[in-house]
Amino acid sequence: MIRFSSVNKWYGRDHHVLKNLNLEVRQGEVVVVCGPSGSGKSTLIRTINQLEPINDGEISVGGIVVNDPKTDINTLRAEVGFVFQHFNLYPHLSVLDNITLAPIQVKKMSRSAAEKLAMELLERVGLANKRDAYPSNLSGGQQQRVAIARGLAMQPKVMLFDEPTSALDPEMIGEVLGVMQKLAESGMTMMVVTHEMGFAREVADRVLFLADGEILEDTTPEAFFTAPKTDRAKQFLRQILSPMHG
Amino acid sequence: MHYNWDWGVFFHSTGIGSEIYLDWFIKGLGWTIALSLAGWVIALLLGTVLGVMRTLPGKILPKIAAVYVEIFRNIPLLVQLFVWYFIVPDLLPQGLQTWFKQDLNPATSAFISVVICLGLFTAARVCEQVRTGIQALPKGQTNAAYALGLRVPQIYKEVLLPQAFRIIIPPLTSEFLNIFKNSSVASLIGLMELLAQTKQTAEFTANLFEAFTLATIIYFVLNMGLMLFMRWVEKRVRVPGLIALGGK
Repeated sequence: MIRFSSVNKWYGRDHHVLKNLNLEVRQGEVVVVCGPSGSGKSTLIRTINQLEPINDGEISVGGIVVNDPKTDINTLRAEVGFVFQHFNLYPHLSVLDNITLAPIQVKKMSRSAAEKLAMELLERVGLANKRDAYPSNLSGGQQQRVAIARGLAMQPKVMLFDEPTSALDPEMIGEVLGVMQKLAESGMTMMVVTHEMGFAREVADRVLFLADGEILEDTTPEAFFTAPKTDRAKQFLRQILSPMHG
Repeated sequence: MHYNWDWGVFFHSTGIGSEIYLDWFIKGLGWTIALSLAGWVIALLLGTVLGVMRTLPGKILPKIAAVYVEIFRNIPLLVQLFVWYFIVPDLLPQGLQTWFKQDLNPATSAFISVVICLGLFTAARVCEQVRTGIQALPKGQTNAAYALGLRVPQIYKEVLLPQAFRIIIPPLTSEFLNIFKNSSVASLIGLMELLAQTKQTAEFTANLFEAFTLATIIYFVLNMGLMLFMRWVEKRVRVPGLIALGGK
């Protein structure tokens, strides 16, 4: 479903953020991407819908080459849902309008059909009663669930999550992960950048460990947590799983 | 100083038809409002287009808008008016020139010049406010819209401009009031707006103090009214917590 072939990206001249990445995510697979900060995780996930352009190599989604100038990037983006760390809901629109905006504008869906779809999705993320609220009246966890519903409203083939719980208060992390787990169970192809190792262990089919722009481990959660191959991964797991870091 | 105030002067006949001096003020106010509103429509439309241009990716369009702003902001308004009224008509093609100078009622040609002048001058200032309004929004707003597949015109129309305009209502209000005040330059090319009518009344009656006091009060009340109107607009479109949301 998602394929990286020899992907390279530099920031400026010297900073080589993604180093010759090769990767394949199959349909229905849930892949967690983790690694130390600055390892290129967010950049990696942002290249998939061209929020970050790449310098070299090829990325394709569902067989469509993302970085081909002939590809209509807007059409492709409409099929790839993206959830941001900071939610990025539109503060001037109600919850319902946040969700219906893209289906109406991009897919030319009728307002009534878009609203019906939005209500189904709000039901799914447990926020049907918030349809008329504005984002600023919602908690962080609720905003992120609306953001997930907004992404799903485009009926994407793939959902990408860029540290979806990092900006949340601890007590709200669970509700967002719960929504993501249900989504994974429904068969959605997902790629998730996260430090939530519990989620990786229970929900992911695969874990990618990224450091300095390279994929050092690409394995099952079971193998990653019990028998990491590289020292970098061992060190990372020690730090992130130590009781001091909760 | 000893001065005999005579407020009754506004109800004296001007000697022209059955008009009293107050009628002159009312007519003048009519011109002032017409000039300002027509100029404001141009300023708001053109200023928004220019403001959007300044924030677009690429080099050429932002540069064009920037040059526009520098030209129209750095030349005195009065000089611009003289250019529009005395010079530009001479540069028009012959047919258009005859029409503008001879066929049109002199008041109409003066009106057109002032409206263009006020509109283009104020557009430069509106442009800068629209630009800052858009730039004040978190980058995440644009990214989220891109990620959903929205195209650039849709992003501006649905996401950026509705938020930017809400943010800039206070500075826009002051431009809106400025255009009413600036419209008084029209008196210098003989358009009988409020200030010109005031001067004429002062000359006809020798009641200089009363005439200018009344004009002051009219300008003040007009601008207060506009300000209250804009405050009402601001309240009506207010969205709780706008710009409180951050992120990339």
